[in-house]
Amino acid sequence: MFKKKHVVSMRDLTRDDVEFILDYAERMMPYAKAGVRVLENRILALLFFEPSTRTQLSFDSAMKRLGGSTLSLTSEESSVLKGETLADTIKVVEGYADAIVLRHPKEGAARMASEISRIPIINGGDGAGHHPTQTLLDLYTIKKESHLDNLDIALLGDLKYGRTAHSLAYALNMFNANIALVAPEGLQMPKHIVDTLNSVRLVEDVDEVIRDVDVLYVTRIQKERFPDPTEYLRVAKSYRLTLRVLERVRENLIIMHPLPRVDEIAPEVDQTKHARYFKQAFYGIPVRMALLAILMNGSI
Amino acid sequence: MIPKKVKEELRVRSIRNGSVIDHITAGNALNVLKILDITGTTKAIVSVAMNVPSKRLPFGRKDIVKIEDRELIPAEVDKIALIAPQATINIIRDYEVVQKNSVVLPNVITHVVRCPNLNCISNSTEPVYSKFSVLNSFMLRCNYCETIIDSDIAAYLI
Repeated sequence: MFKKKHVVSMRDLTRDDVEFILDYAERMMPYAKAGVRVLENRILALLFFEPSTRTQLSFDSAMKRLGGSTLSLTSEESSVLKGETLADTIKVVEGYADAIVLRHPKEGAARMASEISRIPIINGGDGAGHHPTQTLLDLYTIKKESHLDNLDIALLGDLKYGRTAHSLAYALNMFNANIALVAPEGLQMPKHIVDTLNSVRLVEDVDEVIRDVDVLYVTRIQKERFPDPTEYLRVAKSYRLTLRVLERVRENLIIMHPLPRVDEIAPEVDQTKHARYFKQAFYGIPVRMALLAILMNGSI
Repeated sequence: MIPKKVKEELRVRSIRNGSVIDHITAGNALNVLKILDITGTTKAIVSVAMNVPSKRLPFGRKDIVKIEDRELIPAEVDKIALIAPQATINIIRDYEVVQKNSVVLPNVITHVVRCPNLNCISNSTEPVYSKFSVLNSFMLRCNYCETIIDSDIAAYLI
């Protein structure tokens, strides 16, 4: 049974919680297209203080598939422009809706909101901070398209600042994954996170590990992290996933990416049997439907 | 040769009522005052001794803070454990030590340390105080953005 009121960070969830959500998502799969009216007359507030097309659209879609409706607010339209605090906005909106999805540029915004709000807060991403529903849909994709227990996985890209990778590594550790962290020098995962992982190795070259993994999780290398643009171009090129890199990989290797991608994965890789990133984006619907139904007691 | 009587005279006179924080890691007396919110406007008589010889503390030095007519409560003093884990608190009444406690590292500290992450919600105009989980005496994790402080905690004292 899931007892949490809010979903703010993966750190709040136990392995049992995660398994409960993933099982619930599996039960939601038949309704991800057909819909099921378990949250009729319920309202989900989408408070997006910074743009995020996929997260906002998929929560909107998930709530409507459940028979509920949504209220949307963006920072351009909100009283924030008049100087209202987020704390006040939350106190007002909790009177208008049954749950809130919050996306905010400040890290920890969703945690603060959860301390104030009487209705469930779902963190839809806070700055460079947490994005637990992304991690949950990543885990669901891995479970559906590969396997979760004793998984061999490589996380590739900016692992220092990309906290999607931090949350995912933390969650995968609950399932005893063997994790290879592939990052350019200076963008490797922080030591305090690496130290919490049971089976981990740090490498710089994807060729060293790609033949030994079930899942390759690619993240974006952000240009703004590099003071020197030529250094960025050199690193970005060396981390680009092409058909050549995929030679002699495991038959059942799957490639994931939280999207949007820029140049990390060559378009020709989309046509291979390994690509799963668009399916991964779709799985956001059943996972978010599950979470909304759980938090708003709309059982199926 | 210094006469025994003089030698035994305390560097800072003993207090009648109040609190004595002893065995503060040398160099941290002023940080202790900061944690206790003792500033230049405080009315209480406060005595500070720094770099006093100590057999117990590393490098043979310690700091001592005496605050007259104020009995510190555990919630106040436990925060001191962050920068002076070996500190002891003596409560004095009529020149007698009536209570002697060690500091105990709290699990959570609120509004003591500033989050180093400038983009953390606790560093904004929102009505929220900084809050850290104490992982051990050298490591704190921000309850909001989960940034870790693992060195020089004193530099982040509010």
